[in-house]
Amino acid sequence: MTPEQTPAPNGPVAAAILSAAIACFALGVTTAASDLSKPINKFMNFYPPSGALTGETTIAIVVWLAVWIVLARLWRNSSRSLRTINIASFVLLALGLLLTFPPFIDLF
Amino acid sequence: MQLTLREFLTAMHGMLFGGFFLMAIFGLVVELVRSSHTAEPATLTPRGRSLEAWFLIVMAALGWLAVFTGTYIVYPWYRAKPPAGTLDLTAYPRSLLLAHPNTAGWHSLGMEWKEHIAFFAPIVITMLAYVLIRQRIALRQDPKLRRSVLAFALLALVACGIAATFGAMINKAAPVAGGPTITLMRSSQ
Repeated sequence: MTPEQTPAPNGPVAAAILSAAIACFALGVTTAASDLSKPINKFMNFYPPSGALTGETTIAIVVWLAVWIVLARLWRNSSRSLRTINIASFVLLALGLLLTFPPFIDLF
Repeated sequence: MQLTLREFLTAMHGMLFGGFFLMAIFGLVVELVRSSHTAEPATLTPRGRSLEAWFLIVMAALGWLAVFTGTYIVYPWYRAKPPAGTLDLTAYPRSLLLAHPNTAGWHSLGMEWKEHIAFFAPIVITMLAYVLIRQRIALRQDPKLRRSVLAFALLALVACGIAATFGAMINKAAPVAGGPTITLMRSSQ
C-alpha cells in the first residue's frame, strides 16, 4: 500500500473546519454583544480610530487560532465523523452570518 | 493623472487586495467544481503542487491584507467625526451618508454588515488553504470532504462578494478622499 492509499486520520481536517466555523460564530457573538451593550462596545474599542470593530475581530481571530491549536492536538491521530463536523460547522456559520446581519440585531 | 493618498490606499484595499482576493476565490471554486467532475483525479507534479500551494497562500494573504488595510487604514478615515458646525461633509463619508435618508442605508446596512462579513472570507480561505495543501491525501480519499471544501469555498465567495459589492457602492456614494496628492502622470498638453 502506497502512502497515497493509506487512509489518513481526518482529525486535523476536522479541527481546521470546525475552528473556522467557531471563529465566524465568535465574530457574530462579539458583533451582536457589542451592538447591544454599551459597556461591551467600549471594551471592544481596542483601536479607537476604528472603534469596536477592532476588538470584535481580534477576539474572533484569537478564539479561532486557540481552538484550532487545541483541536488539532487533541485530534492529531484520530478520525472524526465529517458529517457531524460539517453539520455543526454550517450551523455555526449560519448563526455567525445572522448575528452580523444588522436588521436581525436591530430586532432586539 | 492625480489622486489623493486616501484614494490611493482605498484603491489598494478594495481593488488590489480585495479584487484579486475575490477573483482568486472564484478561480478556486471553478477548480474545485472541475476536479469534482473528473473521472480520474489529476496527479500534480512536484512543481505543480508547489505552484498550487503558492496560489493558495497568496490568496489567503490577499484576504488578510484586504481586511486589515480596510479595518486599520481606510475605516478610520471613513468613520472620522466632523467638528461641530461642519457643513461640508465630503471629507466625512459616514456622516455624509447618515445625513440623508436616501443614503443612510449604505452605512446602517451596507457598511455595518460588510465590515464584519468580510472577515469570514479570509478565515475560511485560510482553513481551505491548510486543508488543500497539508491534507491532500485525505482530500483525494474522501468525496464528502471534497464536497464540504467546495461548500466552504462557495461561502467564502459569497462573503467576499457581499463585502466587495457594498464596498464599491459605498465608496461611490461617499468616497474616502483627502490627504496629500499623488501625481501618477502629467499630461503633455
